[in-house]
Amino acid sequence: MTILLRIIPAGFVVRRPQRMIERHVVAYRRQWLIIVSGFFEPLFILLSVRAGLGDLVGEVSVAGRAVPYEAFVAPALMASSAMNGAVFDSTGNVLHRLKYARIYDAALATPMSPADVAMGEIGWALLRGQMYAVGFLGVMAGLGLVESWWALLALPACLLVGFAFASIGFLATTYMRGFADMDMVNTVVLPLSLFSATVFPVSAYGDLAWLVQVSPLYHGVALVRAANTGVWSASLVAHALVLLVVSLVALLAATRRVDLLLRK
Amino acid sequence: MPFVSVPPVMPPTSDSLIVARGLTKRFGDFTAVDGIDVEVHRGEAFGFLGPNGAGKSSTMRMIGCVSSPSDGSMHVFGLDAATHGAQIRARIGVVPQLDTLDTELSVKENLWLYGRFFDLPRAECRRRATELLEFAQLTDRADSIVDNLSGGMKRRLSIARSLINEPELLLLDEPTTGLDPQARHVLWDRLYRLKQQGVTLVLTTHYMDEAEQLCDRLVVMDQGHIVAEGSPRDLIARYSTREVLELRFAADGNEAAAAQLAGIGDRLELLPDRVLIYADDGETALTETHHRGLSPESALVRRSSLEDVFLQLTGRSLAD
Repeated sequence: MTILLRIIPAGFVVRRPQRMIERHVVAYRRQWLIIVSGFFEPLFILLSVRAGLGDLVGEVSVAGRAVPYEAFVAPALMASSAMNGAVFDSTGNVLHRLKYARIYDAALATPMSPADVAMGEIGWALLRGQMYAVGFLGVMAGLGLVESWWALLALPACLLVGFAFASIGFLATTYMRGFADMDMVNTVVLPLSLFSATVFPVSAYGDLAWLVQVSPLYHGVALVRAANTGVWSASLVAHALVLLVVSLVALLAATRRVDLLLRK
Repeated sequence: MPFVSVPPVMPPTSDSLIVARGLTKRFGDFTAVDGIDVEVHRGEAFGFLGPNGAGKSSTMRMIGCVSSPSDGSMHVFGLDAATHGAQIRARIGVVPQLDTLDTELSVKENLWLYGRFFDLPRAECRRRATELLEFAQLTDRADSIVDNLSGGMKRRLSIARSLINEPELLLLDEPTTGLDPQARHVLWDRLYRLKQQGVTLVLTTHYMDEAEQLCDRLVVMDQGHIVAEGSPRDLIARYSTREVLELRFAADGNEAAAAQLAGIGDRLELLPDRVLIYADDGETALTETHHRGLSPESALVRRSSLEDVFLQLTGRSLAD
């Protein structure tokens, strides 16, 4: 709690983060192809699993039940895709606006606050991520990988994953010196998407299982997988809380960084 | 004990738009602005002059409430900048030193979307955008992408954008740096019109002709301090003479000539390429020069300018 209080920037004011989102909606109207292209990635990944990988692996045990591999991996891919979308929207694009286009400098000369800027950017990443999550779920349903209507709860789960990673991504970007530092993003994101109980279950890690839990994506995968199978447990509340706390701490820290960088 | 009403430390007088007292900005060990007092009145055009690193931009950022003073106080519209930043920013326009235009948007979108940051309704933003395009002579480029505009057009768009909230106070940080003479004159004309409409202008500049053209009153800053204050005419009268005689002698002859010129005019300055004589009457000084048997290769009598004041006050060595 004291840590939380220390990183809440003095004068943390949120009034109009939606103005930042409005700017992006107008800017992307001209680049709608970029938005649409985001829908194809999950389609290709799921098709590759369907086409061959699933037959090679066979069945995997989830919550005591044996499920086909593709039904095991699809929710994890959905959570990964939410993470990827959030990270890429909140790093490269934000770096450009922060350091080169200086759009935030322009915004802060108006009644907009650093919290408006940070929340607007993270909110936009969430909106965009949610669009892709809906697309992903549609593809999963089309391929017969959705088990019940509970699967709709995978959407808010992806929203949480997006919130956590957009906030972390934005925060990390405020420390970047230039585009060369963007390479670090891949170095972090790739192992996360491979080792968060995504493509094989956490039991495979043996004594290192605790390490997997450090990954925020692991908690997101647990939520999306539970939604898809409709098997609920109390531990899901803990998973959701981890994501929420990580998101809020990163958001507050990011706001503070914007304040420090642009209002010195 | 009865209540004693304590008068506010800074009673906002009706025509004082900006009141800074002991204003200081430190970055670590470096003091960029060192306890300056400034007062800007409603409706005037006020200039901050000074070499690079004098503290002009830091002062402007504090007036614009995007930088908080390390010490001292700053009131704008009678509001304390430390506590009412957003309210103050809602009523001012800012043209930064480097354009911060949104290069992913068209000219028109740059204007109306900026208005949204001020919570103006969309229809009002579009109405004002159309007017401002006209004002900035950019109507036929309304749908162009900003990247394709010339430097002068970008600067005009920056000024137009800063007016979207109909500000009472406009802050311009080196508004015409890097522009060609035509573009500068167009900008000066626009700024003059704004002043006619009652907008208070506060600007920084290196260009002395710009300051003489635009400013009713100005301060000269050097190393974080204010070294002079007044109208351009006052400052010239106080720190220079009415006229300046510029003499050039044959190669290496300037120094020898300067020795013989001693005593002519009020003050003499020896530069590597010429000798300047500050005198109220340049022609008389020139006649005296000839009397002393000197024959310069060229001689020019001109009126004293703010540039002479500036160089006298801040020296000729480079600041950075």
